[in-house]
Amino acid sequence: MRELTYLEAVREAMSQEMRENNDVFLLGEDIGVYGGAFGVTRGMIEEFGPERIRNTPISESAITGGAVGAALTGMRPILELQFSDFITIAMDQLTNQAAKLRYMYGGKGSVPMVLRTPAGSGTGAAAQHSQSLEAWVAHIPGLKVVQPSTAYDAKGLLKAAIDDDNPVIFYEHKLLYKTKCEVPEEPYTIPIGKADIKRSGGDVTIVATAIMVHRALEAAEKLVKEGIEVEVIDPRTLVPLDEETIVESVKKTGRVVVVHEAVKRGGYGGEIASMIAESEAFDFLDSPIKRLGGLPVPIPYNPKLEKATVPQVDDIVEAVKETIRFK
Amino acid sequence: MEKTFNLPSHITTDKLKDLYKQMWLIRYFDEKVDQFFAKGLIHGTTHLCVGQEASAAGAIAALQDIDKITSTHRGHGHCIAKGARTDKMMAELFGRVTGYCKGKGGSMHIADLEKGNLGANGIVGGGIPLAVGAALTSKMKNEGYVVLCFFGDGASNEGSFHESLNLASIWGLPVVFICENNQYGMSGAAKDMINIPDIADRAGSYGIKGEVVDGNDLVEIINTVYDAVEDARDGNGPALIEVKTYRWKGHSKSDAKKYRTREEEQEWRSKDGIKRFKELLIEERVLTEELAEELQQEAKQEIEDAVRFAENSKEPSIDTLLEDVYA
Repeated sequence: MRELTYLEAVREAMSQEMRENNDVFLLGEDIGVYGGAFGVTRGMIEEFGPERIRNTPISESAITGGAVGAALTGMRPILELQFSDFITIAMDQLTNQAAKLRYMYGGKGSVPMVLRTPAGSGTGAAAQHSQSLEAWVAHIPGLKVVQPSTAYDAKGLLKAAIDDDNPVIFYEHKLLYKTKCEVPEEPYTIPIGKADIKRSGGDVTIVATAIMVHRALEAAEKLVKEGIEVEVIDPRTLVPLDEETIVESVKKTGRVVVVHEAVKRGGYGGEIASMIAESEAFDFLDSPIKRLGGLPVPIPYNPKLEKATVPQVDDIVEAVKETIRFK
Repeated sequence: MEKTFNLPSHITTDKLKDLYKQMWLIRYFDEKVDQFFAKGLIHGTTHLCVGQEASAAGAIAALQDIDKITSTHRGHGHCIAKGARTDKMMAELFGRVTGYCKGKGGSMHIADLEKGNLGANGIVGGGIPLAVGAALTSKMKNEGYVVLCFFGDGASNEGSFHESLNLASIWGLPVVFICENNQYGMSGAAKDMINIPDIADRAGSYGIKGEVVDGNDLVEIINTVYDAVEDARDGNGPALIEVKTYRWKGHSKSDAKKYRTREEEQEWRSKDGIKRFKELLIEERVLTEELAEELQQEAKQEIEDAVRFAENSKEPSIDTLLEDVYA
């Protein structure tokens, strides 16, 4: 099968939906001839024209609210926020409007929109362009939150997100844009709310998101040389969360490490750990649930410092060993 | 179908009578709500538009049925003018299942999507981007409707206002912004918070037309809004109309109104838009004193009936609590 990069997979999912459905359109900053800050929309304005690939002013409140209003009245907008840090400027429209309109209106109306946005550190963009704020939006009833880690997942989940009648926050990871894997040419859907077991193993479960899925898989390769078989679970969507797949794995292994790039304090890993602790998997635990996350500092510029801020492969290896050492 | 006072042709003599009654409906509705709050019969909070009736009735009278509105926290008048049923509105304020939002939204979230009312909004300036988005739908789907976007003087200091006017202007969207300048954002006097006498002048910064109208002159409001709306419908882009008005009551319940004088209140009360319209209609022989009294009593009775309807309606069942978070 042909391979696509994560970035190409995102673009293909959007283009295929736009060819099928005239209600789907894109808006965002520099998504026109520039092709988006990371090049995701390159070539799209040439195919679909400026009416459907809407280059916007730098007005996150108006373009997010504009997407909400368009969705409420029958369109299916895809909003690209240039960096996920800018969600801070779009928060009223997301939190108070998009997430709540349907409920506040007593079940009338819906907001079928996707907000796509690149997150994460590792590019040297420093404190205001490197955050992972997904726990903010995961906290809001009415939003769905998706965080794909592979090109294959990105394409299938983005189609599901566009087809969904609710506001979906679709987190892309900057460091994953150039990663490749096999991606079918025809459109396909990966249901929102279904985790994926990226690697099977019986000794320790690692629940990892986005870039950490890849670091967890690397850690697993190192650990297998020491005879430790790790199971890597990628929730793929934070809201709704596929609790069952995680609980079943932990019941099997009895040991679990939860790892994400976002700051550990108040991060979504706490939610996953608590869910496990409250589930029937609790009785199967042979060691405390271990959480790995970013240090509680703004992401620094210096590459050495930046790297030290978020979990790396060796940190994951060490965390797994720690859970195994626990008696 | 004779034309009166050089009004648009859809404003017939019957429509003028309806408008007179409608303004009384708005006033009686909000006065009744005020009484119920004072007696503790309704909980939560509410924002009354007594004194601003001509703004809501006049601006919306300029619309066609296909047109849409977005409203504000002070939105009962807009709602009634856009054709909402007062009984379902009152039931919503009572938190009853027969209310517009099944008792889940309350005063600040009444929406009537079928009538083109995209909803009140609890966030100052929160509805402005939504109106822009709805206007974008109209343009992209060629639906021919115009969106009338209500907000207050306070909202004109929000970023969403400035971003939205700019966005609507560069995209040439069919939206007309109605700034109901009632002189106060809660306790903040517009003259202290805005350093220009007319908010309408802000339109010039965005390359759109700005006009000021007397908020107690129903005829002037209809004509000015009509011209702007039809201009927008013809593809000539948005406009900003500032309606100079006054809320007779406090910001919300429990407002001692220490920030303004009783003399100022009395001065604005003497300009009452309802009284002024009645005098005009009698002078033009559209109404007699008797007929005017009859219409006023009909309005009063309708609100009494609305209260009965609300009182006799059921509260929502706890089973429905989690319904409608997602579509």
